[in-house]
Amino acid sequence: MHKHIFKKYPAKDKSNLIALLQAVQEIYGYLPEGALQEVSDFVGLPLSRVYGVATFYNQFRLTPLGEIVIRVCRGTACHVCNSANILFTLETNLGITAGQTTRDKRFTLETVACIGACSIAPVITINDEYHGKVTVKEIPNILKKYNVQKQNPEKKAGVK
Amino acid sequence: MVELTINKIKVNAEEGMTILDAAKSAGIAVPTLCHMKNLFPTGACRICSVEVEGQRGLIPSCAYPVYEGMVVDTNSPRVRKARKTIVELLIENHPQDCLICVRNKNCELQDMSAHYGVREHRYAGESKDHAIDISSPSMERDPAKCILCGRCVRVCNEIQQVGAIDFTKRGFQSIVTTPYNKGLNISDCILCGQCILVCPTAALREKGQLKEVASALNNKNKFVIAQIAPAVRASLGEEYNMPLGTDVTGQLVTGLKRLGFKRVFDTNFAADLTIMEEATELVNRVTNNKPLPMFTSCCPGWVKYIEHRKPELLQHVSTCKSPHEMEGAILKTYYAKKIGIDPKDIVVVSIMPCTVKKFESSRPELSEEYMPDVDAVLTTRELVRFFNMAGVDFVDLPGSEFDNPLGESTGAAIIFGTSGGVMEAAIRTAYNMLTGKELEKLEFEEIRGLEGIKELSLTINGLKLNFAVVNGIGNVAKVLEEVENGTSKYHFVEVMACPGGCINGGGQPIHQKHEKVIKRIKALYEIDTKMIHRKSHENEAVKTLYKEFFGEPNSEKAHEILHTHYKSRKK
Repeated sequence: MHKHIFKKYPAKDKSNLIALLQAVQEIYGYLPEGALQEVSDFVGLPLSRVYGVATFYNQFRLTPLGEIVIRVCRGTACHVCNSANILFTLETNLGITAGQTTRDKRFTLETVACIGACSIAPVITINDEYHGKVTVKEIPNILKKYNVQKQNPEKKAGVK
Repeated sequence: MVELTINKIKVNAEEGMTILDAAKSAGIAVPTLCHMKNLFPTGACRICSVEVEGQRGLIPSCAYPVYEGMVVDTNSPRVRKARKTIVELLIENHPQDCLICVRNKNCELQDMSAHYGVREHRYAGESKDHAIDISSPSMERDPAKCILCGRCVRVCNEIQQVGAIDFTKRGFQSIVTTPYNKGLNISDCILCGQCILVCPTAALREKGQLKEVASALNNKNKFVIAQIAPAVRASLGEEYNMPLGTDVTGQLVTGLKRLGFKRVFDTNFAADLTIMEEATELVNRVTNNKPLPMFTSCCPGWVKYIEHRKPELLQHVSTCKSPHEMEGAILKTYYAKKIGIDPKDIVVVSIMPCTVKKFESSRPELSEEYMPDVDAVLTTRELVRFFNMAGVDFVDLPGSEFDNPLGESTGAAIIFGTSGGVMEAAIRTAYNMLTGKELEKLEFEEIRGLEGIKELSLTINGLKLNFAVVNGIGNVAKVLEEVENGTSKYHFVEVMACPGGCINGGGQPIHQKHEKVIKRIKALYEIDTKMIHRKSHENEAVKTLYKEFFGEPNSEKAHEILHTHYKSRKK
């Protein structure tokens, strides 16, 4: 499924590592272990180095994303508007911690440094939808809405 | 040349030299943690910071080149304060268990703390917490003790070119680990232990087997035998502050006897035997057009490397077991019968300069009916701990001789401990096998020393033979590539995973004295020149063994007991 990406780059050239990892993630939404090994062989770097790069950058994921990605803004403005408790409530409601995906692969919870919508703090985004001035009380209702509306499996969250 | 001033002393330095090296040449010590000689500086730890006139911040002396008229202060109050703070921060994110740590009294972080007079905990906060990786039979990895200096990563990637571990994640989460943070045992790690030798703390260490050995010695029903590798005798003295390269063979034998070992044999005996088998195999391969070049199989790190990387070339590796495994196999067959003891009651303990040997002794291929050829492997460092525990006053021990018959050896065997030794020993005997004559000159300077790949060509009986000696597993990739392409001109290649050979093995005493390898090697060659017999085929005990037990080299019985096979570990 990802073999074609190797045609675009010369072999054994480590400077293409990040571009290759991005291309793999573009296809799968994350970096599968087998693909990482293939990239490592292709660029001629040990797997440990490739894994090191993949874990260094926040843009790379090593586990698949859920259908619905919830991002909680933990920027300064949101922080003073109680985003820590918003995050905590989401974690307890979903039964996962930030960075994890629910076992049914439905929800992924992440934190972001600043979304850039400080005027409506605290903000969470659910897929591409913004929810501003969120309160702890609202959260169960918001989640309920997404749990009922089953998404079209073709349109996987986070994968363009 | 440029002239600069360091601590008010005029210093002449070569252009391009770092401040660190210039200071060192003037007898001024600057502390380092991440610095590694001969490798490109990373400037990661900042402990070598110095003050340079006209510069705003402190300068990492390991990475900064000198210039004309530079004024450096390596010992200003500002420098000392910065260094102390760095040490304090490192200590606060490090387990406070020095008293029960395996590197107690031999830890660079501990030394730094002492040097800079750290007497209180000034910083409090979260400290990292990682599980210890005990998956491998050779090594333990304790990331909680890691100070992220990166020396292990560099030795693994740049020198050994194995790349089993690297920095992963970032910031506070940074950790030096294997891909997917899996156990070392299922990684590509060849367990050479070079990372242990450079680790400033106990984040990397061997897996101890002292407990098992001590309990076997306490068991009255067990007949516990020790065997000593050649490299151990030239390095163990360092742990007792003897000069580098002191030969302590005699004391070792006495010391092991005092620990309660019933017999103390010399792995060198089996090294001579290895040469008989390996030289015969080589002669067979050369005369019968079998796959060439033949690679030596003494180094289990190298064997593990080729099993991971190029299993399709395994037919090029000699089928001989490594010497200590041969010794173990003979002890549990020939010797057991000779002294009338059930081989199940014999415990063979190898004293090795090596960490991979622990892994090797656990290989199922090297075990007969659930009875391993070698039961436990102690590194040089572990043996010193054992001596200390048992109150053996090593320095004042009288010397004694190895037990017989498996203690007799020649000069050819002793040089197994250094890179080029196996080759030299093999040539001394192969020459005799091919021509029926004896070599006049036994020393081959071309294959001695620390060069990565050493070459030698000899014409024996009108047959031109090319030999190569590789030390430091990073250098072997080129040779393997040539073999794969069919362009290799070699007939016989010796490979040792550690730079310098076993003498610089992962189980050897830890200190950062750079001349250690050369001094230890010199000691081994000196022992060789003092031996009466210097060729493996002159070993009387080996001759007797063939007469009484194996018949001739590479006989069916020899194949059954002294040879082994390998397996692919490619993923």
